Amino acid sequence: MQVNGVSIPLEKPQTLLEFLNEKGYNLHRIAVERNEKIEAKEDYATILLQDSDVIEIVSFMGGGAC
Amino acid sequence: METIKNDTFVLGGKEFHSRFILGSGKFSQQLIRDVMEYGGSEIATIALRRANADSPENILDYLPKNLTLLPNTSGARNADEAVRIARLSRALGCGDFVKVEVIPDTKYLLPDNAETIRATEILSKEGFHVLPYMYPDLIAARRLADAGAAAIMPLGAPIGSNKGLRTKDFIQILIDEIDLPIIVDAGIGAPSQACEAMEMGAAAVMANTAVATADNCPMMAHAFKLAIEAGRAAYLAKLGRVLESGAEASSPLTGFLQD
Repeated sequence: MQVNGVSIPLEKPQTLLEFLNEKGYNLHRIAVERNEKIEAKEDYATILLQDSDVIEIVSFMGGGAC
Repeated sequence: METIKNDTFVLGGKEFHSRFILGSGKFSQQLIRDVMEYGGSEIATIALRRANADSPENILDYLPKNLTLLPNTSGARNADEAVRIARLSRALGCGDFVKVEVIPDTKYLLPDNAETIRATEILSKEGFHVLPYMYPDLIAARRLADAGAAAIMPLGAPIGSNKGLRTKDFIQILIDEIDLPIIVDAGIGAPSQACEAMEMGAAAVMANTAVATADNCPMMAHAFKLAIEAGRAAYLAKLGRVLESGAEASSPLTGFLQD
């Protein structure tokens, strides 16, 4: 998989929720886009990751412009 | 004096008392709360970036809870990227406001007005309250208004430059001609410049770098707050006239001791 621009091998069948928890993401502070589609939080537990997935995990940070 | 007490500012159907929008960039997370408090801001901009699982701290944990968050689309180089960032920001659950920035130029960080109009149109149709950052151009501002913008955010000078109201005459044209709040954004470096923008009739001023690069950030935020309030009051009071030449005494020219 590509996660935030980094190639990560999918070693075992895993849901998006399992992956995010394993990596230590704070679920309240992130949004996830999978293959250019924003996934709803309530779907994380049922989304089975694929090795071809391109995933972006984003959060807010300080910023004014640029 | 009732006018100034009851003076509010409506954006996206929401009423605000403060006309000072603060950017939350460049501050330490510990400092940001003081800056917001001393600036009295009710709206703060934030940016979206790739999340880092290794750093549990998040800007949202440090911002006052009653703030209205205005995510920007920083990093977008065209309308499609801005739309993508705006949708992700909304998915983070902080409301429908978005400051659209489309900046393909990395040297001067100038916005692409045409792509900004395109992004504004798409996002307005999706129910966002869109505040587009733009180069102050009347024709583009009219198109942004037609595209559904909630306000227009013209730049005073290049982002982060602290150079002040270099585009003053063109911002005045937008204030005079566009029936939307005009929020002066970018380049404002000193409270006096924010005050001047407000005296001209700007609805609000946004600043970030001016506060973040001051020696004492909370005190500078406070100075901006006072300047923006002063400028607003002066605008509502309507400035006195300017004489073309000569002088006019402010006390009677009779009853002098030597008469």
